Amino acid sequence: MIRWLVWLAGGVLLGGIVHIVTVLALPAAATRDSYARLAAETPVNEVALLPQPTPERTLLPFMDPAFATAICRFDLSDGPLKLQVPLTQAYTSITFYTRRGTVFYAINDQAAGRRVIELDFMTPAQRAALPEDEEVTAADRLIVESPSETGLIAVRALAPEPGALPVVRGALRNARCGTPPA
Amino acid sequence: MRLLIGILFTFAFAATAGLGATWLAASRGYGFGEVTVGSWTAAPRKGSADIDPFARAALARSGELPLGSGDGITFLARSDDDGNPLDGRCEITVAGSTPLARYWTLTLYTADGHLVPNALSRYGFTSAETVRAADGSFSIVIAPLSRPGNWLPSGGVQRYQLALRFYDTSVGVTAHVGRESTMPTIKRGACP
Repeated sequence: MIRWLVWLAGGVLLGGIVHIVTVLALPAAATRDSYARLAAETPVNEVALLPQPTPERTLLPFMDPAFATAICRFDLSDGPLKLQVPLTQAYTSITFYTRRGTVFYAINDQAAGRRVIELDFMTPAQRAALPEDEEVTAADRLIVESPSETGLIAVRALAPEPGALPVVRGALRNARCGTPPA
Repeated sequence: MRLLIGILFTFAFAATAGLGATWLAASRGYGFGEVTVGSWTAAPRKGSADIDPFARAALARSGELPLGSGDGITFLARSDDDGNPLDGRCEITVAGSTPLARYWTLTLYTADGHLVPNALSRYGFTSAETVRAADGSFSIVIAPLSRPGNWLPSGGVQRYQLALRFYDTSVGVTAHVGRESTMPTIKRGACP
């Protein structure tokens, strides 16, 4: 009896280790995470307007149907990106996700205070490599540093009522994400 | 021989319990740092870099892109205030007032995060289109057949869940959400 309890205790301990290791490994092993789902539908370093979710088909689960969503799937290995998002009448937000789906930055139209949100997006190393004089003018430039080289930028714009959706989707079509002109 | 059986038993137990617990955590998360108000539950840390590994595993499995905590917060409800699961064949009333936010939206989802099908293709309400009483409170009826006022078609599905999202709000950012936030009530009316 005692012997079996010892084996069981060993099993519980080992099970705990298995649990923790698999939980930590799962995000890296997931093949149907948000990035993988969008990789098939969106180009790299360009803005792609996602179709509105319907009961039959939703690219990602739990999308808010009152919002139009555009995705820029970024890869910073070739240099920094410039993101330009025209603001819509109601509410626009930009959220930055790492390759594993963790939010590292979010901004909304209120914080931007202009009619277009413009920001430069780069890795910490690329920011360190910015020429000195550019860093001076950076005061009125919004620079976002990315902890990961690849990931997702989600631009969401609200249609306060369904009739406003075509206008909002039209505005998001004018969002730009790409390498800045040299 | 007994040693071998013991080792096999230990390994089998470890694999079953460990993987089983991981599957549970990845399906639901463990709810660390969750905020519950009435029937509504939110996980403010899901939209920030402080996300816990269990919630991260759950996100990787579901494929959801959570709202950033600087953008908004999502409250989910699977049952009414009396604990009955939300049934699309019943009349459910969501009423009251909400915490301060620039906009909010209320949406019906199936358990796996799809929209609830209905003939009108109306899946939710935004704060801008909801008709309110003089004191600013509102009442939204979710029912299979049309109702006067704010009506959301439930399509008659057996089970659904409600998502109430607040955009550009301090809810979830401040430490004291929960007690002082007023959330709408969820009451069940007539059921077939």
